[in-house]
Amino acid sequence: MVIVGAGECGGRAALALRDLGYEGPVTLVGDEPHLPYERPPLSKEAMASETPEIRAITSDELLAEKSIRHLRSVRAAGIDRTAHVVRLSDGASLSYDKLLLATGSTPRKLPMPGLGSRCVYLRTFADALAIRAHLRAGSRIAIVGGGFIGLELAASARKLGASVTVIEAQPRILMRGVPVEIAGIVHDAHEAEGVKILAGQGITAIADDSAEVRVTLADGKDIVADLSVIGIGAVPVTTLAAEAGLTIDNGIAVDAELRTSDPDVFAAGDCCSFPLAVYGGRRVRLEAWRNAQEQGALAARNMLGAGEAHAAVPWFWSDQYGLSLQIAGLSDEGRGIVRRDLGEGAFILFHLAEDGRLVAASGIGPGNTVARDIRLAEMLIGKRAKPAPEALGSPDVKLKALLAA
Amino acid sequence: MNDWVEACAAEEIDEEDVMRFDHGGRTFAIYRSPDDEFFATDGLCTHEKIHLADGLVMDDIIECPKHNGRFNYKTGAAKGAPACVNLKTYPVKVDAGKVLVQIG
Repeated sequence: MVIVGAGECGGRAALALRDLGYEGPVTLVGDEPHLPYERPPLSKEAMASETPEIRAITSDELLAEKSIRHLRSVRAAGIDRTAHVVRLSDGASLSYDKLLLATGSTPRKLPMPGLGSRCVYLRTFADALAIRAHLRAGSRIAIVGGGFIGLELAASARKLGASVTVIEAQPRILMRGVPVEIAGIVHDAHEAEGVKILAGQGITAIADDSAEVRVTLADGKDIVADLSVIGIGAVPVTTLAAEAGLTIDNGIAVDAELRTSDPDVFAAGDCCSFPLAVYGGRRVRLEAWRNAQEQGALAARNMLGAGEAHAAVPWFWSDQYGLSLQIAGLSDEGRGIVRRDLGEGAFILFHLAEDGRLVAASGIGPGNTVARDIRLAEMLIGKRAKPAPEALGSPDVKLKALLAA
Repeated sequence: MNDWVEACAAEEIDEEDVMRFDHGGRTFAIYRSPDDEFFATDGLCTHEKIHLADGLVMDDIIECPKHNGRFNYKTGAAKGAPACVNLKTYPVKVDAGKVLVQIG
């Protein structure tokens, strides 16, 4: 078994193969020098801490104990599907019976000239360290893109006393996948903490020299900063798969069992698009930590012949200041919204399809106030339940009771 | 080692639910199982120090509200990634409608 990509997904898959009792060779190939680690903290805690530390999902001891061979700082350079061989960037090759591509995603690049060393992206621990070095009281940070990475980073930068401007081309922040009511709460929290948000502002130029970076907005104004972090989304890493002739469709295309167009090659996590059963097989690609975990484990089961279809409901969270946001399902499936207030300013929006089916739930509140109900909503979504809107809207009706119904 | 501490009244916790209990600078989670037994564990998830009492109880399992790490609250056993370290558990008894925990 060979796994290309040693992030959350690849790492989980390797561990799962052993947990499932597979005793043959398992090789995990990663292009970073680290153990597989959790990326979500990179824009959050790791940023705000004095000495950022990597949070590995396993240890050298555990990998040794489980006889998982982990090749670091090496890339897969090509796949010979006929010979069942992966060629590596260091000239070595690995034969496989089953191959898993867990190549992840990479930050979408700003298609603009003039980007130098003061314009950075965030994906890896090394990226996080480079950004962290610029965050201190009084430093000026311009964040291009009002999505989750940009906003979490803005919150961390404020915590360290930096002066932060977020520039978003869309009319509001969090346009993709977050309802306007919730984005509004996040927007207000950032403004209250002193972040300047410029929404509906395209940028026309970036000039980066050794002293500072100058971002020119569509309205002609300049934002001058010490560092510009560009967080305008991510694109799946598909080159290896495409060069091997595998079908690509907004990511490496896989079936419900995470199998690519080659039955001996699987793909999972950020890099793949797959049919989401809960929405009738709508093809999606998710950039989410829990999806990477679940699909890594599912791919491992199916590499061993389980033949199990993906059935999970997408789930996502973000932390900014004391607020936590959680979303189960994809809210663009919904046509109507029912609101449930949980107290302390926390609330959940239930997104209902035309036929009354619960298709998504988006919640925000201090701490983990929305977690339990979002989890129950996720189960209701998975059951394709059609709960009565009055029940969803009434905090006195327990969601657990609806689940049992 | 006979330090039983009163955590709450039994009626304060619903069946198949959990409640946070802080005592002496420590935090615990007190559970009432679907078959009406009481249990106690450390209050914080072993993955990222999140209060488990904000999580969901289903049968014998408490699920962390943040990252869905799962534990059997009766035994403390970690049941799913990202949780891999078991939770410490504590003896519990109910006396005159009060839930007592031996926090040791």
